[in-house]
Amino acid sequence: MKKLSARRRHPLAALVVLLLALACTGGLYAAFAPADKAQADETAQSLAIDEGKKLYSVGCASCHGTDGQGTTDGPSLVGVGAAAVDFQVGTGRMPAQQPGAQVPRKKNIYSQAEIDQLAAYVASLGAGPTVPTKEQYGPEGADVAKGGDLFRTNCAQCHNFTGKGGALTHGKYAPTLEGVDPKHIYEAMETGPQNMPSFPDGTLSAQNKKDIIAYLNAVNGEESESRGGLELGGIGPVAEGLFGWIFGLGTLIAIAVWVAARTAKAKKS
Amino acid sequence: MSSQDIPEENLPAAQDTAHGAVGVADEKHPFADPGLPPHEHRIQDVDERAAKRSERSVALMFTVSMLATIGFIASFVAIPHDKSVYIFPIGHINALNFALGLTLGLALFCIGAGAVHWARTLMSDVEVADDRHPIEASEEVRAKVHADFKQGAKESVIGRRKLIRNTMFGALTLVPLSGVVLLRDLGPLPEEKLRHTLWSKGKLLVNMNTNEPLRPSDVAVGSLTFAKPEGLEQHDHGFQNEIAKAALMIVRIQPDNIKDKRELEWSHEGIVAFSKICTHVGCPISLYEQQTHHVLCPCHQSTFDLSDGARVIFGPAGHALPQLRIGVNDEGYLEALGDFEEPVGPAFWERG
Repeated sequence: MKKLSARRRHPLAALVVLLLALACTGGLYAAFAPADKAQADETAQSLAIDEGKKLYSVGCASCHGTDGQGTTDGPSLVGVGAAAVDFQVGTGRMPAQQPGAQVPRKKNIYSQAEIDQLAAYVASLGAGPTVPTKEQYGPEGADVAKGGDLFRTNCAQCHNFTGKGGALTHGKYAPTLEGVDPKHIYEAMETGPQNMPSFPDGTLSAQNKKDIIAYLNAVNGEESESRGGLELGGIGPVAEGLFGWIFGLGTLIAIAVWVAARTAKAKKS
Repeated sequence: MSSQDIPEENLPAAQDTAHGAVGVADEKHPFADPGLPPHEHRIQDVDERAAKRSERSVALMFTVSMLATIGFIASFVAIPHDKSVYIFPIGHINALNFALGLTLGLALFCIGAGAVHWARTLMSDVEVADDRHPIEASEEVRAKVHADFKQGAKESVIGRRKLIRNTMFGALTLVPLSGVVLLRDLGPLPEEKLRHTLWSKGKLLVNMNTNEPLRPSDVAVGSLTFAKPEGLEQHDHGFQNEIAKAALMIVRIQPDNIKDKRELEWSHEGIVAFSKICTHVGCPISLYEQQTHHVLCPCHQSTFDLSDGARVIFGPAGHALPQLRIGVNDEGYLEALGDFEEPVGPAFWERG
């Protein structure tokens, strides 16, 4: 057998060396990387906080202050918790476009990873509600009927009995809950965004919140059925009355006019 | 079709003259009565083919109505009551409701539309004038009625038999009293019921959601909680009547932000409890804005400032929301320190 060194000028030698080198690096990475991750969860967390702080300085600091202490343009973020950040940024409300009676929901421009980093930074300023998990707001084990009861007691006064929203004072309003991510509904109940009061677990338990979300999904979900046909916005008898008076009565008048109208004559006059 | 088929009066030559009363102008009536305009005939009157077409359309509508009724019965029998179906502009709706409404609506509409079409195209449309006649009866008839009435009154001896006359008046006067007495069934008078609620000294504030008594630590700044008095359960007889008066809205405000001195005194570390019943006409009012501490009534937009003794800042409400004086008992639960000072709800009483 020839010596290995004798083949070093073989046309394929370079390729073999390259493959060996790649295998070596990959093998080493595979051997060490998991160990790194396991022992350095805290490092990842502080990395997220660092990244979050950078994002915060760009998007939020002008109103909420350089350290989240708040300014005249925006409230302090100390103690609002990760849930508040996930809600406000995840629904596109923050960063706000302009000051006004109420910051509206709009298109979210951050990725979920960026939101998590921002949330990690704001959570590091002071303890607050955390982002709920899927088990907390998912449909399993929820009582829809109880949720309806709770919704009518706690939420319906502003959001309407099927969550269609409604008006408040001085240009403020309770937004519609149609098409809102269950996670965001959960976070809103926990944190009380803008003028909405909060419903902390002490007075509205986690199970209660889950029931309410299940109720909203039952009356307002993609698949929920409208037994009566046209909902007319689901805002109650005012819309139905208006529809009846204008379109119902209007049609009847039109038909009455047609009944008494001049019929076609044999002779044009 | 030849002109022989057309009745004489429908021929165009006979149509151009006015008919009905035609007057001539004279001194008393300076404008002559022009009479009715000449009658014009419809296509169906002069063209038998058009009339046939109309007949067929009317029959078609009646037939569609019959089919729709059969469809109604068929859908009632065939479609399960819980089947859901997607109809484009409406969304997910109940299939049975939709089918029943559509078929019954079509059946009724086609009967009406057929009848109208029949009347408009085939029934006679010749204008008919019916002159008015005086409403007043003739002189003789009126004289006869008067004479008959006098005769009847005389024969009834009502003027001579005074006892009968007086007792009859008495009976007729008393009869309406039975109607007045029935109004008593509108209920016993409310007496003191509207002035007091279930709240009294030492009653715990029970969370409406969890049915557990509240601790001060449960009530966070910016949160909103509804409470009922301890011992009142949802299935109790008269629950609705009692909760309608006792319903309580609990919020927590930083003590520094409470402007009203009495409100601060009656609170517990900034936890304030107000009646949930609007003082205008008694709507449940709980549209609470946690940043401004304003509460809005959804019925007539009365707005109260919870940081200033629930003062009315907008709308028709006449006075502030009643506040319940609260404290903490030995076991650390929130308790009432008495009933509301004034009746809750609309200001039905004189407040001087």
